[in-house]
Parts: sequence; C-alpha cells; structure tokens
Amino acid sequence: MNKLIVGAIALASGLAAAAPPAQAQSKQLTLCWAAWDPANALAELSKDFTTGSGIAMKFEFVPWTSFADRFLNELNSKGRLCDLMIGDSQWIGGAAENGHYVKLNDFFDKNGIKMSDFMPATVTGYSEWPKNTPNYWALPAMGDAIGWTYRKDWFARPDLKAEFKKKHGRDLAPPQTYDELKQIAEFFQGRMIDGKKVYGAYIYTERGSEGITMGVTNALYDWGFQYDDPKKPYSMEGVVNSPDAVAGLEFYKALYKCCTAPGQTNAYMQEGLDAFKSGQVAMQMNFFAFFPGLYKDPNVGGSKIGFFPNPRAKQHFTQLGGQGISVISYSPNRDAALQYIKWFAQPDVQKKWWALGGYSCHKAVLNDPAFPKSTPFAQDFLTSMGIVKDFWAEPAYAPLLLAMQKRVHDYVVADQGTAKEALDALVRDWTKTFKEEGKLK
Amino acid sequence: MSQPMTLLPIAESAARVTPEAVARRVRGLSDRALAWLFVSPAMALLLAINIFPLLWTVRLSFTNYRANRPNAAVAGVGIDNYVSILNDPDVWTAMQATAHFLFWTILLEMVIGFGLAYLIDRRFRGHSFWTTVILIPMMLSPAIVGNFWTFLYQPQIGLWNYAAAFLTGIPASSFSMIGSVKLAPWAIINVDVWMWTPYVMLICLAGLRSIPTYIYEAAEVDRASRWRQFWTITVPMCLPFIMLAVLFRGIENFKMFDMVNLLTNGGPGSTTELASITLKREAFEKWRTGYSSAFAIILFVTVFGLANIYVKALNRVKSR
Repeated sequence: MNKLIVGAIALASGLAAAAPPAQAQSKQLTLCWAAWDPANALAELSKDFTTGSGIAMKFEFVPWTSFADRFLNELNSKGRLCDLMIGDSQWIGGAAENGHYVKLNDFFDKNGIKMSDFMPATVTGYSEWPKNTPNYWALPAMGDAIGWTYRKDWFARPDLKAEFKKKHGRDLAPPQTYDELKQIAEFFQGRMIDGKKVYGAYIYTERGSEGITMGVTNALYDWGFQYDDPKKPYSMEGVVNSPDAVAGLEFYKALYKCCTAPGQTNAYMQEGLDAFKSGQVAMQMNFFAFFPGLYKDPNVGGSKIGFFPNPRAKQHFTQLGGQGISVISYSPNRDAALQYIKWFAQPDVQKKWWALGGYSCHKAVLNDPAFPKSTPFAQDFLTSMGIVKDFWAEPAYAPLLLAMQKRVHDYVVADQGTAKEALDALVRDWTKTFKEEGKLK
Repeated sequence: MSQPMTLLPIAESAARVTPEAVARRVRGLSDRALAWLFVSPAMALLLAINIFPLLWTVRLSFTNYRANRPNAAVAGVGIDNYVSILNDPDVWTAMQATAHFLFWTILLEMVIGFGLAYLIDRRFRGHSFWTTVILIPMMLSPAIVGNFWTFLYQPQIGLWNYAAAFLTGIPASSFSMIGSVKLAPWAIINVDVWMWTPYVMLICLAGLRSIPTYIYEAAEVDRASRWRQFWTITVPMCLPFIMLAVLFRGIENFKMFDMVNLLTNGGPGSTTELASITLKREAFEKWRTGYSSAFAIILFVTVFGLANIYVKALNRVKSR
C-alpha cells in the first residue's frame, strides 16, 4: 500500500513538473457577441491582445435572431460561459440593476480611461445606466446606427435618370427626405433591370426579436415620435400615440405596401443583405456594421454601391445600433477581462479596430481629419452617429420591446386596425409594464 | 418445464457471487420492501423531474416572480395572474388560433390518413414501397420541416408557389403563404398535415388489419354491399384506433411549438401565434415567470381535462 502511495506521489510530481506554466495554461477569456462580420474583425484584432498578454481568447458568437435569447438566459442564470460580453445597448439597464455587469467607474479612473475620449452618443447609448449619469457599465465598443445602401449603378443609368427627371422634375439621387425615398422606391418597384424584376426598397419587418421595431422607429423618430414626455418621465399618453407618431407609422406601412418585395413579412438584417446582394432591391435599410462587407461584395460592391444616412421628415434622427463591451460579474477571470478592456480602449488599438472593419467609438479615430474619407460610408456614419436615438434601455426592456413588435407588426404587416389603434395599444402595454415595474402609479 | 431447470444453476451461481453482507441484508427484507427498493430510484427521478417542477410551477403561478430579476423581492399575488390571463384578449386570440389549428389539422389528418390506410390495406403491387415513401415526412425533425417549408413557401423561389401558379395560373410571386393574414393559418395546417398524416395512417392501418376477415366473409354471404360493409364493419371496428389517433394528435397539436415557431414565428402579426408561442414569449422573452406559470397551469389543466373526458369516451367505444 505504501509503495502505491509513493508511486502515486511520484507520478503526480512528474506530471506537475512536465506541465506548462500555470499562467499560460489557465488564462483564457471567453468573449460573447453576435455572429456577424465585426465579430470576425474583433477575433482578428484580439490576436494582438493574446500576443501581448499571453491570455488566449475564445469566442462565442451567436446569430442575431437568437442572440438576445441565448445571452440574456446566460446572464439571468448567472452563467460563467462569458467573461466579456458585447451585449445590446438596450440590455444595459437590466444588466446593471440585476448585477450582471461589473461597474467600471473605479477601473476607468485607476487606468486613465476617460469617457470624454468617446463619442457622447455612444457613451450614453452603450455605457450609462441610469442614462445621462456618470455610471458606466461598459466601454463603447462597436458604434452603429441604421443607414441605407443604394444601387449607384442603377441610379447612374442615363435612361433611368432621364425617365425619373421627366416624371418627378428632379435628379435621380440619394434621397434627402422620406418622401423622396418613397418616390424613388415607387420608381424602381417592379421594374425590369438586366432582365430581372427588381423592387424599390428593403425595410425591416421581422416579428420574433427586434426587427420591425428597429425599422419602424427610423420613420417614427423623423415624424416626431418620442418614448415619453421629456418633462414627465414615463408619461406616454399623447406622446407615443401623438398625431405625428401616427403619421410616421402610416408612412412606414405605406412604404412597406408600395415598395417591398413580395413575401417580405418577417425580414431583418440577413434577409436585407440577401436581397441587396442578389440584385433584388434598389435601396436597403440596414446597420452600418454590414457596409464594409457590402462594399467588398464582388457583385454589388465597389462602384455599384452607394450609401446615405436615414432620410429626414419633420425631424432628422436614426435608430442607434451598436454595443458596449462589459465584464461579467460572475466571471472567475475578472482581472484578465478588465485587462482586455484596458487594452481595447487604447487609441492605437481602436484605429486598428476601424481598419479591420469594426466601428470604433473613440474620438482618436472619429476626429481624425482623414476619417470621413477613409471609406465611402465613413461620413454617413459620422452624420448618423450625431442623430441617433435608442429604444428603451430599461430593466423591463424585453416586455417593452415585445409589445412594440406585436403592435407594429399587427398593423404594418398583418393589416390589423389603424396606426392610431396600434399606438394606443402600445401605450396601454407600456403603461402596464411600467406600473408592474413600480415606475408609474 | 425446462425453463426453471435452466434458470436454477444461474440463480445458484448468482447467489454464490453475491457478497455475504449484501445477501444477509437482502434476506432480511420482505418482498414488498424489495419491490420498493427497486422502484424507488425511478420514483425519485420522476418526483425530481416531473412532480417537483409541476408543484413549483403551481407555487410560482401565485407570485409575481421574474426569473431575470434574481434580486427582486417575490410577492404573493393570489389569483391575479389567473384573472389577468383569462381577461387578456391576446391570450384568447392565441387560444382561438390554437383551436383553429387543432380542429383543421385533426380533421384533415384523420380523413386523409384513414383514406391512405384504406388504400394501402388493399395490398396492391408496390404497397410496401409506397408505405415507406408516405412515412418519410413523419421521420423528419420538426425544425428541419419548419425551415425547408419556409423556402418552399417563398413567393419568388418557392416550389409551392410555382406549383400553385402552374395549377391555377395565378402569378407565383403575387401571394405569400406565410406572409398573408388569410393564408398563414392554412400554411401551418398544411405543413402539419403533410408531416403527421402518415402517423395517423399507421394507426388506422393497424386498426384495419386487426379486423378479422371472417366478418367480411360473413357479410359477403349476407350479400352486404361494399358500401354497407365499410360503414357497418370497417368504420365501427376502426373507430377506437381513429379515436386514439385523434387523442395523440390533439395533445401534440395543442402544445405545437417548434414547427410553427420556425415557419411563421407566430406572424404575420399574431395570426399564427398559438398558445405555446404566447407562453414562450411570456416566460422566456418577457420573463413574466409567475404569469407564464399560471398560463402553463391553465393549458395543462385544459389539455389534461379534455384528454380525460376523451379517454372515457374512448373506453366506452371500445367496450361496445
């Protein structure tokens, strides 16, 4: 028996001596995000972090349609899968109040990371909770907003230009207003181009996650929709369902009815990319994050594609996309995760991030005089980031979002009721949610 | 007689290799205690994964608990969740959509399934091959079925629309099966019928083959027509099997989720939002755990109650 014990100890000692250093073996961080082009760019960028720190990076990328389900479940179950998370901007309230994210103020102070180095809209949108207070739960990581792409080659065709000018008395050019956009979309709808039937516009209609809300808000904001009375927080009657908001919603439906491809009843980001890449639509609503990939596309990219920011109506806004990067409070690798944040916040790293296809929020990148001309969509990105608005980022974000998805989809796609009825119902739903939250009496 | 003889040496050798301590303990137990000993692991598992969650769900249904708010205080709300569900027009819309789906899928599956079984039972040449072909949809995963029917229903490239255009002359891209409020409920019914009719056919085929041929021979002697034989022999004798198929499909379709979720996600609007999809949204998207627990209990009681009534009717038919 004694021989056995001695043998076991000798074997264990041998194995321990032969093992690589504990540091190199155990240090690995898992970063969770959506599966899309910028995530691949981040994986590439993170190789520099591994080289410098010796900490290996592992990535969990989940498709957008199940992104929220998957990672909100992970957070709610206090899972340890993710050390770092690039979570949606609207999650910040819930993640902060439920203790899922580490508060970063002290860490930022100790390491000289200043929020004033980042574009203000991204700090408010991705980092702060409560909004407009200096409480930071994330570092702005991926700036994004809704923009538009169009078929520059179609717009440049002499025959189409002449026909459009004759019909509308103006040049066929990227639209400045939503009325112009609809006019152009109607012009292209059902037209045969290169022997193929094409359609006017691609807009979001997805029902299951957040698609139609991310689409319709672009029109609603421009017509004057607000989430609540600025003087009376959470007071929504007459604001959410104001005549202007109703007009905005009616416009979105009219655009959907007149100028989209048949069967586009449940379509979001990927379907938009498919429609544009297959040469089916003249104009496409989508997030800026996809524009580098589209620009490189061999069939519709390069000289064939153009970009423009969300058009204006009575006002000029666009829907905020993008995310901040947070440290998960349940992570056993908190120090290493903070080390990653510190590395990521460096101006040089941010410049490389932009060069690889990510959208930096750092002023060192965005205020560079060469930035607006660095890509064909850089100026439109800057313009858009100056006019962004975001959906509720409350802890009750999920029921608020699902209510809007239902009411808007019911009206726009399923033809149920009027715009006023849809927004009235939305006010009732949101009021009920805020009452349950104790924010309304 | 030979069986105990061969088993005896095995029992003896098993007894020999059983450690004395264990043997002594087992010898001290009664048959009843031994039976409980063997059954108890299964019972424990059943209690842990079935009964306990059910009781826990009942408990949660009387609270305002939210699974995404682990730090929030949980308060009892009495029967508020139940009252609010029963007064929620959206819930009733979902129940109506479920009833529509349930009624038409069961009706169509029974008629077509019985019809196919009746044909296959004729034992024509190649009937085995066709039986296998007919069974293929049933063998597929609902997730795959949902996904590929999404493509089949695609207005511009989908085969369904092309087939419909070929048969009716209506332009293929002029209608969308899963995008139209009028067509979407039929789109999901169509897929379910396509997938599960073979299952009903199998059950009906078992019923048809269980009818003794001498009954038909006696009917022939009595000069009963084929039509008369069908209604007085085939249908009544097959009825318990048909009712069983209705029960199975009824329970399955009442809780239908996967295929519809993938195919339409409840849309357009809320046209195909079945009760299970509403439940999933409340539980795992809105995180109203207490409310959704109450909804789950209501659905459970409904399906359990209806199934019990139905089983009693089935037993009456069988005893005739």
